[in-house]
Amino acid sequence: MIAFITRRLLFLILVLFGVSVIIFGILMTFSPERRAAAYVATPQQAKDIPRIIEQYGLDDPFYQQYFRWLGEVLSGNLGWSLVATRPVREAFLYLLPFTLELNLCAAPLIILIGIFLGTQAGIHRDSGLDHVTRVSAIVGWSLPTFLFALLLLMVFYGYFALFPPGVISDDIAIWIADHPDIYRRFTGMYTIDGLLNGHPEITLDALTHLVLPVTTQVIVVVALLMRVMRSGMIEEISRDYVTTARAKGADRRTIYLLHARRNALIPVITVAGQLVAFSMEGSIAVEVVFNRQGIGQWLAASATQLDMPVLMCMCLFMGVVFVITNLIIDILYAHIDPRIRLG
Amino acid sequence: MIENYPRLREFRYTLFRIFRNPTAVLGFVLLFFFLFVAVCAPLLAPPKNPYNPYMMPHKGYSPIPRPPNSTFVFGTTSGQYDIFYGVVWGTRTAFRVGLFVVGIAALVGITLGGLAGYHGGIVDEVIMRFVDVIFAIPTLVLAMAIVVAFGRGLNNIMIALALVVWRNYVRVMRSGILTLRDQDFVAAASVMGVSDFKIILRHILPNAIYPVLVIAFMDMGSMVITAAFMSFVGLGAPKGYADWGQMVALARNYIVGPVEDPLRFWYTICYPGGCIILFVLAWNLIGDALRDAFDPKLRRG
Repeated sequence: MIAFITRRLLFLILVLFGVSVIIFGILMTFSPERRAAAYVATPQQAKDIPRIIEQYGLDDPFYQQYFRWLGEVLSGNLGWSLVATRPVREAFLYLLPFTLELNLCAAPLIILIGIFLGTQAGIHRDSGLDHVTRVSAIVGWSLPTFLFALLLLMVFYGYFALFPPGVISDDIAIWIADHPDIYRRFTGMYTIDGLLNGHPEITLDALTHLVLPVTTQVIVVVALLMRVMRSGMIEEISRDYVTTARAKGADRRTIYLLHARRNALIPVITVAGQLVAFSMEGSIAVEVVFNRQGIGQWLAASATQLDMPVLMCMCLFMGVVFVITNLIIDILYAHIDPRIRLG
Repeated sequence: MIENYPRLREFRYTLFRIFRNPTAVLGFVLLFFFLFVAVCAPLLAPPKNPYNPYMMPHKGYSPIPRPPNSTFVFGTTSGQYDIFYGVVWGTRTAFRVGLFVVGIAALVGITLGGLAGYHGGIVDEVIMRFVDVIFAIPTLVLAMAIVVAFGRGLNNIMIALALVVWRNYVRVMRSGILTLRDQDFVAAASVMGVSDFKIILRHILPNAIYPVLVIAFMDMGSMVITAAFMSFVGLGAPKGYADWGQMVALARNYIVGPVEDPLRFWYTICYPGGCIILFVLAWNLIGDALRDAFDPKLRRG
């Protein structure tokens, strides 16, 4: 097991190396003049560009620039973000908890609802529930996240005036800014920090602002998980051991939930892992539409304003998330299926 | 007569299996409807400027959308762009984006997957490691990074997406070829002296292509969604271009109307948004039906 984990971590390093080469290669499609222009504020300073190229070595061969950049990244310097007017690392660490909050609320819901509804649809095949899940799966896959978010906003915020966009209400935000001594930032997530600081109304407010974004994330993503769970259950139920167990008189609940579902979970774990890893992608649309600060909105703003260091940081981060999620999935595999030996 | 040609017989049976599914019929109906709209776009919405028909005409510059009336059938969006015109010509844009991205990506993916699967060895290793690495970054993030490097615009979005999405096809093609390569009929053909190239073309490719087709159909929809989102954020088509995502971007300030009538500007979002949903739904329904039809376990009862 330890050997396996070590090997996977080495794989992580290789993947990150590959990702960094790719992303650096994309950066290098900029000509040296264009990259130097990032340091130039006014047209009058344009004559400084050759000096900047010389000073920062923007004309050097690829591998030299790459290892220089890699050295900087490994020592923690990820560059300066024009959009956030802060070092990339600082902005990233500040904004990450908001996105994490969103995804940490959505992920358990996705997994629980997906597995539950999927098993029910698989057990009661061709029933009303099955057709509803099939239709909602197709529709959910066809819905753009941003469009669904807009529609939810239109209906629930515009018409019913229920769940507002944003991360937190303005007056609470102002209160927090005014009282840095009373409100300390522990995790950066308003839901947890509100409780830790002894102000549950902050948590409640943050949760109200979370309802629509989490609903969007869940509905768009859960459909796929339901389908995979459903087909897995159908396949398991048709197996011989289920027939034997029924013949022996075991009740359906035990067979289906205890035995069949456990075996059907393997492809579901893969899909669930992929969905959770790529939920960062979904949260970009959600954060942009609901005007929530977080790495997704920062990424969209950086892309529009051509802020390259941010994109490089995000790609590296995604690489890390991807490999770690795969590692966790593989460990779960071995835990659930004793036939799979790690090695 | 058809029974003498096994491929035609199988083809007809597959068609029967596809169209037995009512959702598939719905998908094809929707698809043909959009095709009709796209082809007849100049007739349905005559362009004001024949040299650049994709720029929506606008009467005035007022930012407040106007509801549907006699002149503007679907109303106007912010900037007084005609929504009907945008929706009709946006169909053409959607087809352009989808077909270009999926076409190029599938070609590249099939070629690389075929090379990796058929030759094996070091070629296989190199290609698959590269694909593994490039899979680590989500589609949208990588596409945004490429668009930042290459610049904005619809063409660059298409190129960026094509450069990202080919990875979906490599693994599927490769696994299909690996399964088929060891089959007896391939060995028999090889022993008989059929050239490698002919084996790939006539025997392996037609059999390995089915899962790729399913993914291609689903991707048509996904790519339109991703391109629409990138246009919505501002990375895509310029303001006033007939692109559904761009039209939703124009409506961004008018999602919620005034307090007494919050849904006043529903038409700015619902018409282009509804088109996106229906377009993607059509491709997804067909892809789903294809997947069921191609599943060998379900064939012939």
